[in-house]
Amino acid sequence: MSESQILSTQQPADHERIADAASGAVAEFNLPQATLAEKAHRFFHSNPTAAPSIVLLLAIGAFTLIVGDRFLQPFNMSLILQQVTIIGILGIAQTLIILTAGIDLSVGAIMVLTSVVMGRMAVEVGLPPSAALGLGLLTGALCGFINGQLVTRFKLPPFIVTLGTWNIFFALNLWYSKSETIRAQAIDNAAPLLHWTGRTLEFFGAKLTYGSLLMLALFFIIWYALNWTAWGKHVYATGDDPAAARLAGIRTDRVLLSVYVVAGVICAIGAWALIGRIGSVSPQAGMTANLDSITAVVIGGCSLFGGRGAIFGTLIGALIVGVFRNGLALAGVDVLWQEFTIGLLIIVAVGMDQWIRKV
Amino acid sequence: MNLKSGLLALAVSTALLSPLALADKAPIVGLITKTNTNPFFVKMREGAQQRADETGVELRTFSGRFDGDNESQVQAIENLIAAGAKGILIAPSDPVAVVPAIDRARAAGLLVIALDTPLSPADAADATFATDNYKAGVLIGQWAAQTLGDQAADARIAMLNLNSSMITVDVARNQGFMEGFGIDVNDPNRIGDEKDPRIAGQDVTSGAEEGGRRAMENLLQRDPSINVVYTINEPAAAGAYEALRAVGREKEVLIVSVDGGCPGVENVRDSVIGATSMQFPLQMASMGVDAVLEFAKTGQKPQASEGLDFVNTGVELITDQPQEGLDSKNSAEGLELCWG
Repeated sequence: MSESQILSTQQPADHERIADAASGAVAEFNLPQATLAEKAHRFFHSNPTAAPSIVLLLAIGAFTLIVGDRFLQPFNMSLILQQVTIIGILGIAQTLIILTAGIDLSVGAIMVLTSVVMGRMAVEVGLPPSAALGLGLLTGALCGFINGQLVTRFKLPPFIVTLGTWNIFFALNLWYSKSETIRAQAIDNAAPLLHWTGRTLEFFGAKLTYGSLLMLALFFIIWYALNWTAWGKHVYATGDDPAAARLAGIRTDRVLLSVYVVAGVICAIGAWALIGRIGSVSPQAGMTANLDSITAVVIGGCSLFGGRGAIFGTLIGALIVGVFRNGLALAGVDVLWQEFTIGLLIIVAVGMDQWIRKV
Repeated sequence: MNLKSGLLALAVSTALLSPLALADKAPIVGLITKTNTNPFFVKMREGAQQRADETGVELRTFSGRFDGDNESQVQAIENLIAAGAKGILIAPSDPVAVVPAIDRARAAGLLVIALDTPLSPADAADATFATDNYKAGVLIGQWAAQTLGDQAADARIAMLNLNSSMITVDVARNQGFMEGFGIDVNDPNRIGDEKDPRIAGQDVTSGAEEGGRRAMENLLQRDPSINVVYTINEPAAAGAYEALRAVGREKEVLIVSVDGGCPGVENVRDSVIGATSMQFPLQMASMGVDAVLEFAKTGQKPQASEGLDFVNTGVELITDQPQEGLDSKNSAEGLELCWG
């Protein structure tokens, strides 16, 4: 039966049957013409960690070819994990803030300040190590609370708030530490607990520190909280569209405040990992940690405009930076080319993000 | 009180006060450090303040906000010229970019002394008071070679430098160490152009624990047999030690360093660092104050040490394993001299 015959013979009751027959073809119309780029776009849009994962695997493959087996040894892999531990932990805090469309320039300063509090409380004041550690975590929470209050109550932009508190926390750190370093040996004697994060577990030649395991545990905890709790959904909603979130009944100020406090505590945990890694407590440590943490988040595919990004992207982002630094160093490449490469990665990552965001 | 009358009042009070200030005639000396965070500069300021109090000089201190902050230092120089200072002691953050401001100060009749870091060109300042960083390197290089004895011939050396900009201090210590150890340095103004196979690798540390640890880890990955580690300063040495301890090699490796900070000297005592070359920031600053005072009284400018283009403020080898023919002090003596 040809089309013209249908048209000529159709009854009013037939129109649904005709529509049914036709609709399938219409719905399929675009699909065969979807280009490879469109397919890739759709894939990356629905899997935010896919792009950084591919980069990480390619980088590992490339460095294995360039450097040789030395690079792929379990020990070297665990070394990279150790080297990214601090930035990874700060990156978790940074991701939370960035998911709410904010940015935290003070994460490094909070970490150094809390590490000094932990060190001095244990070594100079002579508190039990666990109390010193607790006070450090409390200090981190307080710093985050101050940031959060300034952002929510006084409605100041996070960039400006944390630019200010970065300086304030850093100055407090210098004042409280008197610019003096506490040596590793003094901490070993007074508070070995603070070095716990630097102790290692060895298996199959790999050396994992408890600090690295702590980082991985934190990633899982925050991943769970973001994806499987109401709080997590509220964080994403607040970052994506605060007005809509408020209309939906989310108390966005309270969500924001909680995010800053949690970020502060995570920075203090980063301080614990820092002490374990460098051994001593130095008021000069972590100078570049702020920007390094943002780098890890951005390379990990988290959108700086809020509401999009996966927490494990940040881990992968930190690992990419670590793999490049370690790989280029093993290959004997001059340091300035390491900086160059990291810069390139940031631009590419943000470019990817802009492209992926186009729905 | 509105703004205008406020300004008027300010102007009047300044006019009233200034004759008093002039009558007082305590010469003003400015001290401009790179940062006010690094213990080295904290100690430098202490030394200057102490000497200023003793000699009745009015000391005004300034500092950059971070290492490399030229703008703040230029502002400080301008403020000091405006204040009618007699002289400026400056640890330049950017030895090249600060020179035009220094020229203005000298044209205005101030004595300018570079502390710790020479200007570029060095004669842009009236004098330079600094540690002989090359000699500091030579001392630890000689010490390492003598301590190893015959094994020095096949040592595996890791060089942990400051950063990739090759600033004068970084280059002088690095090249000095090599000369002291008996390595052909090739161009003494360049790091990394040596051909000696004993050099296992070089990396940068930012002069901090974290950087020291990462650099050491990566170099050990390239060459696990490293047994001598040169470090730009003691925090980097402490970081390198942590990396060696993590692989259980801390007892077999000689670490040498430069600085003489108290934590560093304590690390010499505890065998973390084998030997360190101590510098004397306190001395630098107090000698600087004296020089400005002398200039204010007699117009005489300080003379460079013999054979050098700067005034050497001294360098001392601190170690608990003294070597024959090498003057050194032990860690107990070092702890009385250390800074920070």
